[in-house]
Amino acid sequence: MNESHTTEPIPNALLSQPDFAVPAALAAEADELITHYPVKRSASLMLLHAFQDHFGYISQQAVVWIAARLELAPINIYELVTFYPMFHQKPVGKCHLKICRTLSCALGGAYELHEHFCKKLGLDAKAHGPQTTGDGKYTVEFVECLAGCGTAPVMMCNDTFHEGVSLKKADEILKGRGQ
Amino acid sequence: MLTETMSTAATIETKPQPPPAEKIKVKVDGKEVAVPKTTPDPVTGKPLPTSMIQACAAANVIVPHYCYHPKLPVAGSCRMCLVEFGTPAIGPDRKPIVNPDGTTKISRALRPVIACATPVSPGMEIYTNTPAVRLMREGVLEFLLINHPLDCPICDQAGECKLQEYSVDYGNSESRFVEAKVHKPKRVELGPRIVLDDERCILCSRCIRFTRDVAGDDALGFVNRGSHSTLTAYPGRAFDNNYTLNTVDICPVGALTSKDFRFRMRVWFLKETRSLCTSCATGCNIVIGSREDAIYRYEPRENDAVNSCWMCDHGRLNYKWIGREDRLVEVRKREAEGRGQASGSRSAAPTWSAVLGEISQKLKAAEPGSIAIVASARQTNEELHLLAKLAKRLGALTDSVPRIAAGDKLLLNADRNPNSTGARLTGIAADPMGSNLPAIAGGIRSGRIKTLIVFGEDATKCGIDADLLDKLELLIASDILPNATTRRAHYLLPGCAHAEKRGTFTNTKGRVQKFLKAVEPRGDARPEWEYLHELLVNVTSRDGIASIEGVFNEMAKEVPAFSGLTWATLGDTGISAKI
Ligand code: SF4
Ligand code: SF4
Ligand code: FES
Ligand code: FES
Repeated sequence: MNESHTTEPIPNALLSQPDFAVPAALAAEADELITHYPVKRSASLMLLHAFQDHFGYISQQAVVWIAARLELAPINIYELVTFYPMFHQKPVGKCHLKICRTLSCALGGAYELHEHFCKKLGLDAKAHGPQTTGDGKYTVEFVECLAGCGTAPVMMCNDTFHEGVSLKKADEILKGRGQ
Repeated sequence: MLTETMSTAATIETKPQPPPAEKIKVKVDGKEVAVPKTTPDPVTGKPLPTSMIQACAAANVIVPHYCYHPKLPVAGSCRMCLVEFGTPAIGPDRKPIVNPDGTTKISRALRPVIACATPVSPGMEIYTNTPAVRLMREGVLEFLLINHPLDCPICDQAGECKLQEYSVDYGNSESRFVEAKVHKPKRVELGPRIVLDDERCILCSRCIRFTRDVAGDDALGFVNRGSHSTLTAYPGRAFDNNYTLNTVDICPVGALTSKDFRFRMRVWFLKETRSLCTSCATGCNIVIGSREDAIYRYEPRENDAVNSCWMCDHGRLNYKWIGREDRLVEVRKREAEGRGQASGSRSAAPTWSAVLGEISQKLKAAEPGSIAIVASARQTNEELHLLAKLAKRLGALTDSVPRIAAGDKLLLNADRNPNSTGARLTGIAADPMGSNLPAIAGGIRSGRIKTLIVFGEDATKCGIDADLLDKLELLIASDILPNATTRRAHYLLPGCAHAEKRGTFTNTKGRVQKFLKAVEPRGDARPEWEYLHELLVNVTSRDGIASIEGVFNEMAKEVPAFSGLTWATLGDTGISAKI
């Protein structure tokens, strides 16, 4: 009778990266980062950033590699990857649009801006989490306060900060990225 | 949750006591208590400032809590234990201000604090039952219930759930939450013995801390954020150490469930009996949950001298043999002439008294030195003591059978007999245990030993082969389950599992602990000490009323290591004997 109650495996938020290989330079960078801290574990976030910069996202293999390097169980790194939205669990577009939706920006038109991008790129504005176009070129995502509240709505395109983004300005940003 | 509330009756421990810690006086709801300034950390033993919740416990005031567990490091995450407090007011002269009536003036803190993570200070007053405190508990509960599925009708924890209990005390009968609840995975197989319902989890992190800090397996963690926070193990890495089921005990809600117990019995139907685990020499204290003479679960019972609040999965799940279909349930007698395999003719229905009478006659008539006894270190002290007395009277060669397997660092002992120490102290086992077994086999081979009494072991598995058994004039076997020896026995006496009788074991460190009867024995099976006592009465013309208390107290007088002990003073958690 007991057997008939089906169970599910442990859900997995990470992708497998079969061709995962850490180049010597990245490994050296990781080891150097570890030396910045009195305990290895403190380097967790820095290593995650370094790996995301290199691979574009954090895979299962990356989590296991980082955990082993820091002498931790993989769950400790997995927790961080799922806690911080700036870590990507799958590859994001070459152009990553991060639109602030915290209070000032929400009042300043962040939702319209987000919807505008989604419409233009053929994405679902209502879906949860980052949305990436089929060709893998663009990712649109809401983020929390980018500390530019006075010039709402604000957003980032990759590492470039844009303030007072009107719909017109939005089109220019996209145009600049080849759309 | 049992383990937390169970009393730890006076335990006599012989650990070197640390120097008495400096005491400070605090008041809990108006009652003054003196508590040590520091209390050892439950895991590392490092002295930590005594917390308010510990001071409250010392004053017999239980502060409602979820994440706090006396045997785990403090997390301070659930906020259920919020209390108000005050400290002596200090005047400009840096001295406590005294009220006109001579009492110390207390200045009440403006904000509440969590009792589990706030140290006490001298003169502090803790208020655990003010209107504000009650309101805070209501608030915390309301938040905890926002996304809770209210599965109680199908939840294994119902009936022993802290969320239910505190909801009765501080909950609202109606929810003000009209939005959609967050849904999470409901039946995740975390490991081979654990199924997790994430919707029920209140994120207290007890399970994470237990498995990381006590079991030494950093296997669990929270993923995601906010109301999406979800307990999990790393995908693809099963939560599988020998202590996983303890997380089910300490989970205050029904999130972590035991695969073995899941959906099998409503807990309020279970009768709870104080007992011991028999799967190794550690002798973890347990509670047996049974209903209508069927056993449904073992749970650890707190005993700081033995197992703290924990037990291993191996021992916990090793109970199914008690209910096995092929249990020996009849007294059996096989006529000597039909001794060949299988063809053994059995007389209709021998009774206990007839069989014990016949055995007594035969034992009395046996020539000295012709009898050997193989006892089991799974038997109780009382049984082994009675057997040792019988052996002495009969001049029998005795021994018992070692049972060694891998142990671990926490509780599981490499000695898988629950009572090796008892077998040694009562004198039934050779030193080292098992070293007489070859001599017994040799004696049978040479024809010198004609009678063999085997209790709870299979002689064919310890060097006394079946053809040797066939040579015997008299083979008496007492056991619970059938084996090659019981099949060959001329007299077969069905015995009891520990759960079906009372008795004591002596664990590997010499702690003498008693267990009580949870379920009725099957069929004709009787506790071994009862019929051993009867045999002894017949053979030695000893008298005395057959009672387990009587046998124990007699043993305590005759076995030096047990001197001074009585059945009554053993209490619930036993006493350490000088071994
Ligand atoms: S599963 Fe249970 S013990 Fe673990 S965090 Fe959730 S509520 Fe606490
Ligand atoms: S450690 Fe030994 S006594 Fe304790 S539960 Fe496991 S097998 Fe039983
Ligand atoms: S609210 Fe958008 S930048 Fe602060
Ligand atoms: S018991 Fe104190 S915060 Fe949970």
